[in-house]
Amino acid sequence: MLRRTRNTLAVLATSAAALTAAGGASAQEQVTIEYWQYFFEARVDAMEQLIENFEAANPNINVEMTHFPYADYRTRTAVAVPSGEGPDVVQLFYGWLNDYIDAGLIQPLPTDPFSPEMVEAEFFPMVQAMERDGQYYALPTAVRSLALFYNERLLEEAGVEVPTTLDELVAAAEATTERDGAGNITQVGFTSGMTAQDHHWFREVLVRQFGGEPYTDGYRNVNYDTEAGRAALDFYLGLEEQGVTQSGFMDEPQAAFRSGRAAFHIDGSFRIGALEGERGLRWGVTELPANNDGERSNYSSYWVNAITSSAEGPEYEASVAFMEYITSPEAMEIWLETVGELPARSAVGMTEENANDPVFGPFIRGLEYAHTTIFADESAQRQVLVDMVERVQLQDMDPGESLTMAAEAEQALLDDFHGE
Amino acid sequence: MSTPAPAAGGLTIMQKRTLWAWGFLSVPILFYVVIRFYPTGNAMVLSFQEWNLLGERTWAGLENYRVLLWDPVFWQVFRNTFMYLLLGTPISLVLAFFVAYHLDQVRFMHGTIRALYFVPFMTSAVAMAWVWRWFYQDVPIGLFNNALASIGIPQIDFLDSTTNALPSILAPAIWAGLGFQIIIFMAGLRAIPRSFYEAAKIDGVSTWTVLWEITLPLLRPTIVFVVVLSSIGFLRIFDHVFNMTSANPGGPLNTTKPLVLMIYQTAFDSYDMGYAAAQTVILFLILLVVSLIQLRLLRDR
Repeated sequence: MLRRTRNTLAVLATSAAALTAAGGASAQEQVTIEYWQYFFEARVDAMEQLIENFEAANPNINVEMTHFPYADYRTRTAVAVPSGEGPDVVQLFYGWLNDYIDAGLIQPLPTDPFSPEMVEAEFFPMVQAMERDGQYYALPTAVRSLALFYNERLLEEAGVEVPTTLDELVAAAEATTERDGAGNITQVGFTSGMTAQDHHWFREVLVRQFGGEPYTDGYRNVNYDTEAGRAALDFYLGLEEQGVTQSGFMDEPQAAFRSGRAAFHIDGSFRIGALEGERGLRWGVTELPANNDGERSNYSSYWVNAITSSAEGPEYEASVAFMEYITSPEAMEIWLETVGELPARSAVGMTEENANDPVFGPFIRGLEYAHTTIFADESAQRQVLVDMVERVQLQDMDPGESLTMAAEAEQALLDDFHGE
Repeated sequence: MSTPAPAAGGLTIMQKRTLWAWGFLSVPILFYVVIRFYPTGNAMVLSFQEWNLLGERTWAGLENYRVLLWDPVFWQVFRNTFMYLLLGTPISLVLAFFVAYHLDQVRFMHGTIRALYFVPFMTSAVAMAWVWRWFYQDVPIGLFNNALASIGIPQIDFLDSTTNALPSILAPAIWAGLGFQIIIFMAGLRAIPRSFYEAAKIDGVSTWTVLWEITLPLLRPTIVFVVVLSSIGFLRIFDHVFNMTSANPGGPLNTTKPLVLMIYQTAFDSYDMGYAAAQTVILFLILLVVSLIQLRLLRDR
């Protein structure tokens, strides 16, 4: 309601500063657009800074930000946009994009200034999942990838080097695992748990490193029920059988690492902030281990910004200008500093300084070979892999049989989603 | 002659009374229609539709129910839900009665002890679930397993086991509801006239006979109340399960997942609103049937 009132009160801007790069019209109306994202303190802080900069450069545009708890975020957007009360620019998880396009809640970005050629040349490749029929529907400010965190003190005590391959990882994890007199693990070499980030590691990293391709046909066909998939699963299950890890150790992998009871831990760049505040924990981070042929892979995910279907006329123009700013190199630098998430443009991410940064560097280098799974239902697809491992570990099912069951279950989810 | 004279508005006193009654009732009726009956009806309609929150609702006929019938997870969840009910209700009933019966006879620090039993009922289920979740962890952090390890007994998989997980989650849920049931039972026990007991004492009847012939029969209305209420509680169990298995909700391998958690996941993780509504309708029917059966079996004859 507030927005509408303000729109009707639109006044002619008289200031000479109203001459902006985008418009160029002599007399410009004052426009207010609304931006929505979910609440995460660092993200809100970063966006406040971006809005301030944007408004200073575009005095005729006023951006209002609204944020909601993550739990109701999707519900709120779904209800608000069709009723015309929602945002003009909205932040979405990349996996939701198809649903939003199909429901007509967001509109394509104009090919000028967001031409597919420009996006493909300047952004990291996984952003291409945001394209449909020759037009981009959404673009991220920042992206996330995985890397291997390690506890420096535990490595020094065990006298092991930071591993660069899977075999080295297993050996180093073995050297850093500790047990009590009864044989119970009291410190794991490597944290594991399909409920955390391991399902991404399994799909996009291990399956590929063992010579497979997890999905075909644009992520519509499950393709890990193969020899490569079996080898990847055997490697993963082997970690526990060899006693270098214990799934569920200290409840959550990141908790075990944070409390200093794990030597190695795979996690996303979003974990940096939490670890930085942990007193007494000396940690480092390195790229995910390569396979023995030196082949690396990674998983990347991101949140995107899109223009909703309720933005029209001057609000649409203003939204385009705002999109242009929040996907600009400057915005990405600010986002990296404030949130710790990686720039979505390769030129910004791959600067000498960023790529060699001891903390951000491994994640940024990982982006170059990262894959982005296009999920139909991420939590259900994760559950499939959680169940796959549990059937073997808790019910002694044959790993091959469990793998086949998982592939069939996930294929059913994908078929259902794509209406096949 | 016999009919009372019509009042100014042409209404009899009876009619006026009725009008006033309906006038006052209209507020709660309106409230119930808007807050309860309309959403319930809407959920029933939704159970015959497909909707992902974003697009249009489309008719699906009986599709959601057909899928539900052939969904192995649903039948697993169905079994779990009844396990919570069939284990939870009798155990909590017997425990609550046992405690209440003896507490009733305790004079020393009666109020304090009663309050101690009631405290868990007032504690937030979420906080309680997280503390118990910690109790159940493996060495080196779990309370129970650390205790076992310190006396040389192998550790037990509590939550990470397809057989132990459900009872492990049920235990704190029973414990949490006990305080309330004890209070109700004690009120029921106090309501039995002392003269019955005095008469029994004069006749020299044994304690067991007093229990079977006097206390329990006279406690029947209380038992009905507690059974119905705790059954509904166990059929709707959610917060304990969700919080104790939040990394893998309802796991491992769905062995702890109750119906309400399945509904929650279908609706708010998979955004399959129609399917979730169909599950809700099934839960509603189960609650209705179970409550009706209990009321019929335990009603006063």
